[in-house]
Amino acid sequence: MSARKRVKSSQTPRTSQHSNSYQTNLLAWKLKEDLSNSRSTSKHGQNSPVEDSEQADADEQAEDALQIAVRYFEKGPFKTSRSKDKTLEKHLKTVESVAWKNGLAPEEIDILLNVALSGKFGSAVNSRLLRCMIPATLISEDSVVKAVSWLCVGKCCGSTKVLFYRWLVAMFDFIDHKEKINLLYGFFFASLQDDALCPYVCHFLYLLTKKENVKPFRVRKLLDLQAKMGRQPYLHALLSLYKFFDPTLISVSLPVKKIYFKNSENLWKTALVAVRQRNQEPSPEPLKLMLGPATVRPRKRKWNSHSLIPVLNSSSHSKEYGKKGMRLSDYLSRNRAFSGEQLKSFPQLLQNIHCLELPSQMGAVLNNSLLLHYINCVRDESLLLRLYHWLSQTLQEECIWYQVNNYECEKEFTNFLDTIIKAECFLQEGFDSCEAFLYKSLPLWDGFCCRSQFLQLVSWFPFSSFSEVKPFIFDRLAQLFFTSTIYFKCSVLENLKELLQNWLLWLSMDIHLKTVTDSSLYRNNLTAAKKNELILKKKSEFIFSSKTYQEYNHYLTAMVGCLWTSKPFQKGSYFDPEVFKMIGVAKYKTSLNLVHHPALLSYAISFLLKEYPEERTVNVSSIRGKKWNEYLDYLFSEGLQGLKLFIRSSIRHSSVP
Amino acid sequence: MDSYAIPESTPRRSASSRLKDHFIGATPLQKRLESVRKLTSFVPPSPQRKIPQCSQLQEDVDPQKVAFLLHKQWTLYSLTPLYKFSYTNLKEYSKFLSAFIVAEKQKGLAVEVGEDLNIKVIFSTLLGMKGTQRDPDAFLVQILSKSQLPSENREGKVLWTGWFCCIFGDSLLETVSEDFTCLPLFLANGAETNTALIGTWFQKTFDCHFSPLAINAFNLSWMAAMWTACKMDHYVATTEFLWSVPCSPQSLDISYAIHPEDAKALWDSVHKAPGEVTQEEVDLFMDCLCSHFHRHFKIHLSATRLVRVSTSVASAHTNGKIKILCHKYLIGVLAYLTELAIFQIE
Repeated sequence: MSARKRVKSSQTPRTSQHSNSYQTNLLAWKLKEDLSNSRSTSKHGQNSPVEDSEQADADEQAEDALQIAVRYFEKGPFKTSRSKDKTLEKHLKTVESVAWKNGLAPEEIDILLNVALSGKFGSAVNSRLLRCMIPATLISEDSVVKAVSWLCVGKCCGSTKVLFYRWLVAMFDFIDHKEKINLLYGFFFASLQDDALCPYVCHFLYLLTKKENVKPFRVRKLLDLQAKMGRQPYLHALLSLYKFFDPTLISVSLPVKKIYFKNSENLWKTALVAVRQRNQEPSPEPLKLMLGPATVRPRKRKWNSHSLIPVLNSSSHSKEYGKKGMRLSDYLSRNRAFSGEQLKSFPQLLQNIHCLELPSQMGAVLNNSLLLHYINCVRDESLLLRLYHWLSQTLQEECIWYQVNNYECEKEFTNFLDTIIKAECFLQEGFDSCEAFLYKSLPLWDGFCCRSQFLQLVSWFPFSSFSEVKPFIFDRLAQLFFTSTIYFKCSVLENLKELLQNWLLWLSMDIHLKTVTDSSLYRNNLTAAKKNELILKKKSEFIFSSKTYQEYNHYLTAMVGCLWTSKPFQKGSYFDPEVFKMIGVAKYKTSLNLVHHPALLSYAISFLLKEYPEERTVNVSSIRGKKWNEYLDYLFSEGLQGLKLFIRSSIRHSSVP
Repeated sequence: MDSYAIPESTPRRSASSRLKDHFIGATPLQKRLESVRKLTSFVPPSPQRKIPQCSQLQEDVDPQKVAFLLHKQWTLYSLTPLYKFSYTNLKEYSKFLSAFIVAEKQKGLAVEVGEDLNIKVIFSTLLGMKGTQRDPDAFLVQILSKSQLPSENREGKVLWTGWFCCIFGDSLLETVSEDFTCLPLFLANGAETNTALIGTWFQKTFDCHFSPLAINAFNLSWMAAMWTACKMDHYVATTEFLWSVPCSPQSLDISYAIHPEDAKALWDSVHKAPGEVTQEEVDLFMDCLCSHFHRHFKIHLSATRLVRVSTSVASAHTNGKIKILCHKYLIGVLAYLTELAIFQIE
């Protein structure tokens, strides 16, 4: 034990060039000596660093010593007792030191694990072996299965069994596969009957259980156990997990505090940290049932819910209902469904996007960036409507300036708004519910509560025409603007600038779907942004490169070519005119201009019928020259204001007589 | 068929169409939300409503069956549309909800779904409680205590009742797809803890949201006018108003009771257009009452806050508690409440 402690304190992890990457450590040198001199050697070893070549020798010798030790254990105890203890101790120490320093290889674990559980040696030895059973990289599933088979034989004592289960829990993530172990589920489940083992087996089952393992008879067994042992936190945890997988079988209230299992990891904690570092894994997160926050709410929430944003819970009753006769497709899809809680990384989302189980309360996506990705690309109307209703109702209920006595909850509401804004930034788009909320709440806002968050919500206002938004948002903001401090004024300007940037970004993404109306808006907004930049004298993060202007000009030229000059598809455009010849449209040049364009053809005909009723035939090609100008006036009078703006601003033409 | 016309406008106007909808990629949701989204307007319009009369549909309602809905105090909530709710699964809902309630009440002890418990939850449909055929069926949830003694076979007593309904909810029905069931009005009677449990279960299962429905003074005065206008064979209660004056140390409550026939007479004198109630008539009605009060007591009631209105048809309190006394106008009262609930959702 003491030797091990010294190992830990002097560890300086430094990657070496050796393929087996032993950590630079003095004890490698130490093991070279005979273990009877172990104490003096260790003192020696701490003083000076070791050369690589010497260390290589030391490593090899350590490796040899380990092999010898493992062979020794494998063979089993000798009958003679005199030297047995000393050799045993020597080999044990070897194993322990190597294990704590570098971990044991899977083969070594295989052998030693079996030794420990087969009861060949005494329980003290077994205990020490298990305590140092630290993997270098991983643990083979077969070793565990073999070890479990020893449990059936009953050769090891109760404390060893307990230690074994604690070891399984601590090392769970390092076991390479778990399918075979899962097949032994029934055996583990039966071990719950043992009172001493129960807490640890519960913890292990908590990690091992999959949806297929949850069966009605097991539920009943657990309930009987609960009746026998009372409200135990570990049983509660396992029952909650069962409920999570199949809420139709069991109902249980969620634990208020974090799930409490006896900490099995602490025996191996530091070593595990080192193993993870070696394998360069991030610390794993065990499957956590979503629980309420530990902090106590300052006020009693409506209906004792733990938090404003609903907890992510994919398993819902509504999916299970009516499944009287399951069809094969249901069965297959049910088994393959990937629940939202399991989603941990973006690649996982991509792999499972077709069978993703969505939360039963859509509000939960606000806290989960992966699910936000999902609802952003899968534009399912039902999902969005659910989110819309929840968000608008929650904003309405929680808004602190709607009711006088809500002011104490400012912090909570501020945090909620922060979450919403984060989600909007992530999606680069505002929520419809927030838009509705702004319309309703801005007239009542005092300009003071949650100011920064509220103004940020304004900057995510969805794209609209200025004239629509002006009376409801800008006028009201103007009222506050003129009667407030310089700090408020600056905040408002800052957020309006961001609003403009968001609109421009949004437009630039949608550029291929532009209509004429919209392009003029784009132009207005671009010029306004330019002016804005000058006014604010600030270096904007959104720099309009000349490329943007070039692109804009290109589109402008293309549109004018189509609509006006009947010279569409000049060089550099996306379409090859040959395509038209192939599909049999000969006169493609005029086919997209103001007269012949499919969207405007009806206007052309109405114009001719109205202004020139005496003509026998309606020939739209006759609209040229003087008629063209009249036709333009007609179009403007029909309400195509955007077209008017576009033509007036982008095209300079002399009136043709 | 329905003699009860949908009111023309609520105090909000529809938004002008947004640019976004012109884009090819506008989703159906955006188009739907367009109809839902309303802007505050600065000039309140004058709504007009028909006086609630017996709707033909109500002939189907058995007075005996709905008798238990009357003379009970209900707490009102507005409810957003229920997702994937099905009327065919009511038995299963009962099972799960029973297990849920028992599990929540005994914190930490798990409960097997389907086993015999000391309480029972019953879901049942309320036929005929709707305005038009389009409205979804109303349904009722009751928590009953079950006696464990085998000798007693009869059902235990009702611990809590709650029901969901939608009367003339067209404006909301238009905005949702088939996956949703719109029952915007929820009424509950019983312990608040049970309401919380049931509400939590519904919120988790159908992704809906309950909000307490408060009734402001404006709507209370409308109710007073409409209910006074109702033709009654005999009056069961006096017409009573309650005003609240916030002052320290305790608020002052002013109760003003009128003989119902006098109130009706006053209304008849104010009322002009047959079959319609206008804002001017309501204002005039209330002004007359207030000025009468002022003449006697020199108190300006308009400076106080109306908190309760009670007539022979129904009574309502600003905190969202109502009591319906007359089954003849049950649908009419519920229709107005549904409208308020929809207003709060949108």
